[in-house]
Formats: sequence, C-alpha cells, structure tokens
Amino acid sequence: MDVPKPRILTRRWGLEGSHTLAVARKHGAYESLRKALTMEPSAITQVVKDSGLRGRGGAGFPTGVKWGFVPPPEKRGDKPVYLICNADESEPGTFKDRYCIWNDPHALIEGCLIAAWAIGAKTAYIYLRGEFKFVKDRLDAALAEAREAGLVGRNILGTGIDIDVWTHLGAGAYICGEETALLSSLEGGRGQPKLKPPFPAVEGAWRCPTIVNNVETLQVVPWLIEHGAAAYRAIGTEKSPGTKLFSCSGHIRRPGVYELPLGYPMIELLNDECGGLHDGRTLKAVIPGGSSVPVMTPDEVARATMDYESINEVAGSYLGSGGFIVMDDRTDLVAALANLLRFYAHESCGQCSPCREGTGWMHSILQRLAAGEATEFDIATLRDVANNIHSRTICFFGASAAMPVQSFLKKFPEEFFGRAGVDVPDDWQPRAASAK
Amino acid sequence: MAGAFPRPPDQGHGPVSWTDEEQARIEEICARYPTRKSATLPVLWMAQRKWGWLSYDVMKLVAETLGQPPSEVYAVATFYTMLKKQPTGTYLIQVCHTLSCQLVGAEEIIAHLKKKLGIEEGETTPDGMFTLMRVECLASCGSGPMMQIDDDYYEQLTPDAIDAIIDGLRSGQPLPLPRPEVNKWTFRSLES
Repeated sequence: MDVPKPRILTRRWGLEGSHTLAVARKHGAYESLRKALTMEPSAITQVVKDSGLRGRGGAGFPTGVKWGFVPPPEKRGDKPVYLICNADESEPGTFKDRYCIWNDPHALIEGCLIAAWAIGAKTAYIYLRGEFKFVKDRLDAALAEAREAGLVGRNILGTGIDIDVWTHLGAGAYICGEETALLSSLEGGRGQPKLKPPFPAVEGAWRCPTIVNNVETLQVVPWLIEHGAAAYRAIGTEKSPGTKLFSCSGHIRRPGVYELPLGYPMIELLNDECGGLHDGRTLKAVIPGGSSVPVMTPDEVARATMDYESINEVAGSYLGSGGFIVMDDRTDLVAALANLLRFYAHESCGQCSPCREGTGWMHSILQRLAAGEATEFDIATLRDVANNIHSRTICFFGASAAMPVQSFLKKFPEEFFGRAGVDVPDDWQPRAASAK
Repeated sequence: MAGAFPRPPDQGHGPVSWTDEEQARIEEICARYPTRKSATLPVLWMAQRKWGWLSYDVMKLVAETLGQPPSEVYAVATFYTMLKKQPTGTYLIQVCHTLSCQLVGAEEIIAHLKKKLGIEEGETTPDGMFTLMRVECLASCGSGPMMQIDDDYYEQLTPDAIDAIIDGLRSGQPLPLPRPEVNKWTFRSLES
C-alpha cells in the first residue's frame, strides 16, 4: 500500500556491521541516552506516556503507564528497582526480537539504559530464551563494547549515573515469556507464574519493584527521546500509535519480519509484504498475533487492519506479539490445531490443574479427531474443556491454550464435525456449557 | 514439564569439582544478582557445557556451590527442557515441529534425518555422534523448516542442505558460521 513506512525499529538494520558500536554510533546510537540523562526521570516517563507506546510483547498495555506504577522513592524505602527486558520470544509464530537484537543490539542496550534511568533502576537484566545462545553472544559482545566506552556501568558518559546491564539465559520453557514466570526463573527457580497482585511494578524480582518490557518496546524508547511523542503519534492510528514489527510465516511467498505503521491493512500485509500466497492457492485461515490468539477467516482478514482495535472489533482476536501465521487451502485445520495443542500440553508449567490436565485432554481429543477416531460428542467435550480452562488459572497460559480451540471450533466447525463424519448440528453452540 | 517426567539419572560422573578459574567465574556471575540462588541457571549451563549433561553428581556440586538444597537444583534442572538429565550424542539435533515449521514441511525434514542417520527420534547413532529429537517452537518461524544443532540454528532446510550439514559434521568440517540465512530477516519461500 502506498503509505509512508517509517523505519523506527529497523533503521539500522542492513547496515554493514550494524551490531558494532562504531557503526551504531555513527548512525545515532546513544545520542538519545546523552539527552535522556540530562532529563528528569519523570519527564522521560511522560514522553513515553504521551507517545501512546503500547507493550509489544503481546498484551499491548501502555508502556508509560506501566512505568508510572513503580512506587516513588518515599514509598519503596531502600528497596532497589529493577528493569527486566523480556527477550524470551517463545510465542509460536513470533521471531522479531531475535532480529532486533541480532541487527541492532545497541538500540536495545540504549533503550534499557534510558528506561532504567526513567524508573530509577540501577540494574537491568535482559532475559533471553535458552536457544538464543548465539543471540546472547552477540549482545554480550555489544555490551562489552558499550561498557568499555563508558556507556554501561559506572559513571555513564561522565554523568555520575550508574546503570548495569546483564544478560541472563533461560533454558527452554515457553512459560518463561510470562512476566512473573520470567521473574521466578531469573530468581533461580522453576519458571512458574505468580499470582497477581502484587504486580511486578510493586513487588517483582526479589520482591522489589520491577518493570518488565519486551525487546521491541525498549528499542522504540531511544527514538521517542530523539523525535518526541508527537512525531510518534503522527504514525499509526489514534489508539495504536507508531510502527510494529510483524513476524510473518506459513504459506506465503516471502516470510520474514516487516516493520509497518499500525493500522496497516491486513490484506496488504499478506499480498504486498508477504508476497501473497503460492500460485493457485486460496486463503483458509490466519492467526494474526502469535499462536495463542483466536484464528481469523479470509473474510475477516479482508476487513481488518493491523492494530490493537481493529483485529478485536472485526474478528474478536488480538494483535498480540504480531506473529502472523498464514494457512492456505491445503491446510488440515484439525491437524493444525492438534499441533498447537501438543505445544501447549508440552509447555504447561503444571502449576494449575485446569491447564496441566486440560491441555493434555484437548491434545488427545484433537489427535483422535485428526485420525478420524473421534465422534461429535468428543467435539463437545473439547469445547467444554477449553471453556473451563479459560480464566481459571494463575496466568494467561490457560486462556492462551483455550482461545485457539474456542475460535477454531467457532469459525471452522464444519472441518471438525466433518472429521467426525457428521454435519454441524443445527443446535451447535460453540461457546456453551461453561461452568461459569 | 507436564507429561514428561524425566528418568532419574542412573549413571554418574563420580567426584566432580570446579577449577579455580571456574570458581572465580561463578563468583563473578553471583555478584550480578542479589541472591546466589539466582545464579542457578547460569551455573547449570556452565556445568552442562563442562560435563556434557547433568548427573546427580553435577547437580549436587552446583547446589553446594550456590548454597542450595540439592532437591531445589534438581527441581530446576528437571523443569527446563534444554538442561540434559541424560547424556546425548556429540551433536544434539533438535528439529522444530510447531505449527509454522509444520506448515512448511517439518515432518519431511524429520523423515529425511531419520533416514540419513539411520535412527529413530530420541535415539543416538551407534558411533555416538548424533542424537535426534523433535522440539517445540524455536522462534525461527519465517525461516522454517529448521533445526538446532547444539548452539547453532540451521534454517530453510532442504534434504540436500541436511545432507551437506550432516556430512560436514561427520567429516569434522562443519559448514562455516554464521551462515548467511542467520543475517537475513526476510526469506523467499522454498517452494516458489
């Protein structure tokens, strides 16, 4: 589509040696840090609030508002504040953060430093999923360069401000992308989520005030300091300002990561950026925001735009992390859903019974259905199990496993009943029989 | 993780200890966190890189080093899939089989690897070189099908590419790193 496509997150991507300090600095890195360290912390938070930036990890919560939840010094006593960057990137269909760090690690370090200064943190940890050892190595090298240049650690840029940034490697657990599970893991335990409240901003890592932000969110911050909130608001839509990275995968000609202004038509993303479907294929379904969000039909895809509001209004789904998974007419949707439920059954942390047991049941029913060995009664059971997991667990994982099931059954019932050898019953109620 | 209780390690490493250098490195890591317990994952990683896998002997050493009960270190080690509770071959091959990779042919890749290596999933080749496993999403969805061999990603796999990768490792001449696809973030689909 013929709209401006400003490059905020990807501005240094593709430059030769973009991950080195010399090249990054030549193209503007750490100038925002210099400016930010002369600003009052509250003024930085205000810029982020005014920009309307929303968390890019999936929830879309306003970043500046989140930062504002950290108790002021007089209320938190001598407790330190921590900044955590969530680089766990474990949502199926999402692979943007990896390229953010790989191509521009200094933007992340700079974003961490500015955010830490704004919230009053002297230590920031970047938690990367265990499989990202190769990404961590590059980030550690960038951190070493920045530390050597007096940009990280003690007395940053001669201002007398101390902020340390450390990387921390996970070891293979989807749930550690959930912020309280991430904190449990960082503290050296099993990655099991904690009850909220207290929210991490009040009582997070080591029971101290903690802000957890996604990689992409933090990488926007230097740009905001440089260009101001109004410039950011000029991009995207009123309620979803700015640009977003979309990780596109599945049956498309040109999978990859694309930066686009929010509000960009979904069909244009599919046909232009992604290069469309393969010859002779038609669209069957799209998962727009990572595997946990409800699936969309081709009709919904044609009407929605890529922002937090439209996807919800048009399809009852979510922008999530921007993991855009495209399925063409070859796709067996029963097998696709069975695949996803195998994932959730494997990754449930085991803490809450509805999720631990229910994901396994849903997977086993779907496996039997995919093999043509299930009946229409099993489909009703599948629906009931999903409905009874949603909202009944400590963290959002339960809902994340239930939403794909609920939406596939609601939007593509013929595929499922067809596999059981019957037509969709006239009285089929996709959302019924919740124990609520 | 649910549904996958690991078999307790039935072999051990015998007496294990850190070198002075490693001990100093551990203290350096501990200093980054307010508690020594927080160094559990980094130190388990160090141990796994040194001894290949985490036997009871190794877990006990980690517990002792960090002043933790051994049961707590065992609980952590068994929670995370990348921490090995059993030995594997020299090279651990992990093929992603979650939806995005599945849509672009993960099963064909696994079938080809089984044929090439002459083993089933979960098995190790008789020469002890390769162990084959399937794993969940590795955040490589746009460049699938893909596999991870130890720390490295191999993406946009085809049967020919697999043959070259395996033959390279077998002959002691692995393909150079970083491979070009790691530097890209958009891909032309293998089919087109």
